Amino acid sequence: MGQIMINGLMNGFVYALVAVGLTLTWGVMDIVNFAHGEMLLWGMYAAFWIWSLLSIDPILSLPIVILLIFILGVLMYFLVIKRVLNAPPLTALLATFGLSMVLKNLTQFFWTANYRNITNPLVGSDSIQIGELFIRKDYIVAAVGSLLLTFVVIWFVNKTKTGVAIKATSMNKSAAKLMGINTSKIFAITFGLSGACVGAAAALMSSFTPIYPEACALYSTLAFVIVALGGFGNIKGALFAGLLIGLAEAVGGYLIGTSFKYLVVFVIYLVAIQIRPKGLFGW
Amino acid sequence: MLKVENLKLGYDGVPVIFDVSLEVHEKEIVSIVGSNGAGKSTILRGLSGLLKPMAGTITYMGQKINQVPAHKLVEMGMAHVPEGRQLFGKLSVKENLMMGAYVLKDEVTKKDCLEQVFELFPRLKERENQAAETFSGGEQQMLAIARGMMSRPKLLMIDEMSLGLAPVLVDKVMDSLKVINSIGITVLLVEQKVQEALEYADRGYVLQNGRMVISGTNEELLASDIVKKAYLGM
Repeated sequence: MGQIMINGLMNGFVYALVAVGLTLTWGVMDIVNFAHGEMLLWGMYAAFWIWSLLSIDPILSLPIVILLIFILGVLMYFLVIKRVLNAPPLTALLATFGLSMVLKNLTQFFWTANYRNITNPLVGSDSIQIGELFIRKDYIVAAVGSLLLTFVVIWFVNKTKTGVAIKATSMNKSAAKLMGINTSKIFAITFGLSGACVGAAAALMSSFTPIYPEACALYSTLAFVIVALGGFGNIKGALFAGLLIGLAEAVGGYLIGTSFKYLVVFVIYLVAIQIRPKGLFGW
Repeated sequence: MLKVENLKLGYDGVPVIFDVSLEVHEKEIVSIVGSNGAGKSTILRGLSGLLKPMAGTITYMGQKINQVPAHKLVEMGMAHVPEGRQLFGKLSVKENLMMGAYVLKDEVTKKDCLEQVFELFPRLKERENQAAETFSGGEQQMLAIARGMMSRPKLLMIDEMSLGLAPVLVDKVMDSLKVINSIGITVLLVEQKVQEALEYADRGYVLQNGRMVISGTNEELLASDIVKKAYLGM
């Protein structure tokens, strides 16, 4: 059981980082970004191609992938999101949905639907033993890396001038403008930051996750559940909800069978939002 | 300092402000008074760039600012304390104030500003780490004004600061305006409490149904029939 829980937690940290990215755009800008999973997907392909063409291990290319997906996020904002920001909410929803289709099918168009794997990564899949428990090294690196980056995002949002401006803009956009905050720039940064989170998660996962156009559908669905469970725009909430979902998935899979593990996840989600619609840590 | 000529403003193509002209000179306290729904707040939204004019010109410090975005105007020395305070509720007092100083680059100036507003409103210093939303109405209004002052404005525009405040507090925040004005900040005040506003201002404009009906010094306005009849109940 301990082993199962550890594995679940390891996954949970990565889920959390993906969800932190989503909660930024959702909570701050009120934009439901359906293309979030596809940013993750592009991050994984970026890590793959950097490894395959330039022989740089995903652990080392992490900063490059973060930067690339940050730029992807900023571009998405300026090319698509900015234009639908003041339109009725459904417009933005459809725009990001379309964006997700385009981004996903582009990967298939460019790189086919084949599974790709990064072989012989720097951090291998061998395990280390702690007491009774065996933990795979690549999982540990992904989990610790995700946790560290989540803390970096929490620090950024709470302690830097731009971070506090992001929070202020999310609370009251027109008052933020009256403070001299260029809200369009803040939104672009938020989208970039959201991209940076999934870029990091992508690079960390890419060494042990097969990469193909549908690879991120599950992560993106789970990210939506985690954001809603943790409370919209609440980064710490996303971290805890991510861990909870990781645990629930592993323990649920162990107790009632792997094919039903997401049943447990979604039941927890349904029950939780019935009791607390604003999320476990929501305002 | 600020000159508005034949301004027309509205929402979704429907005008609510017609042909309004007004002028604010340096170091003055000017008030725009009128009843609820006359369009006072809309004028301020137009001046601070939140709402683009449908017609007319706004000139600030010799520069036409019709199309300048709101955040640029703050850099140019305009501050707008919006109606209903519009604080960042979950942020602490200090964070709210620091957002007010967003356009200032220099840390020393920021510190000076912070000390200045703390001197003016000592209550805020006592509670600098408390979330703004936990404040009472009077304290929130003080914080809103203080936040507006944090950008080192040349022109401070305050919308309906008496709203929801007890009469004692109204006097208190109005007094703080005098102090603000005495350190060289020009004040444009929008108020529903006509008598109080005119008492504190040098000059005033009266707005009815989106049009300016009368303007003058506070004595002239307080003595005029329109003001007496419509707002002072005499």
